[in-house]
Amino acid sequence: MSETNLHYHYVVPGDDFTRAGLASNAVKKILKQLGIEPETVRKLSISLYEGEINMVIHAGGGEIDVYIDDQKIVAVLVDKGPGIADIGLAMQEGWSTASEQVRGLGFGAGMGLPNMKKYSDELDIQSTVGIGTTVTLTVNIKNN
Amino acid sequence: MLIRDIRDILDAKILTGEELLDTEVHTACGSDMMSDVLAFVKDQAVLITGLLNQQAIRTAAMMDMVCVVFVRGKMPGEDIIEAARENGIAVLTTTHRMFSACGMLYQAGLDGGCTIK
Repeated sequence: MSETNLHYHYVVPGDDFTRAGLASNAVKKILKQLGIEPETVRKLSISLYEGEINMVIHAGGGEIDVYIDDQKIVAVLVDKGPGIADIGLAMQEGWSTASEQVRGLGFGAGMGLPNMKKYSDELDIQSTVGIGTTVTLTVNIKNN
Repeated sequence: MLIRDIRDILDAKILTGEELLDTEVHTACGSDMMSDVLAFVKDQAVLITGLLNQQAIRTAAMMDMVCVVFVRGKMPGEDIIEAARENGIAVLTTTHRMFSACGMLYQAGLDGGCTIK
């Protein structure tokens, strides 16, 4: 396989829930086109989608950078939202600070971060209250 | 089970994806909470939901699902149908409620398809 080294950048608007997930959908299409095997594509897409939704419902949007090489896909999600006070608590299934309005939109079940952990091979969350959150998701590419 | 069978069992109307009627589906998931749907990866699945927004389609697309059934007679707008078309997802709408729709499909042999680990 030839040496792949790709970078994609997305700005996620924070004021339009109907657009939440467009970046993840675009990344998924790129990964498919690159011929990466479906399970890997799905793992990265779902993790990234949950992260993107979180950015919109909690942080007023943000920016996503996706780096792809022969070994792995790394997505870095940066927002300037309120930050996560207790990451351990936020990782618990069912724990959520989402509003009733967000629940009415189909999210806020407290499964976002657990799902991101479940589907990524590595998950790193750096967060400072009042400053923002940076989430780094890594999914390894299986080489045959 | 084929998407065509789902249409017939639920007496549903197909809104987009006529060309997918003979696509085989193996499992289904019924939920209005998209993160619960995203928690379980399945193969060739159907999403049965009362959530009428773009995220229902986007969630299905992320999961490689091939069909979304809106229950309780909900009629998606053109933007939702268009998003489904772009992602190769068939969209059905049925007047049955969630519980009944799931029960009818389960009885006809469609499986939940996942175990909680």
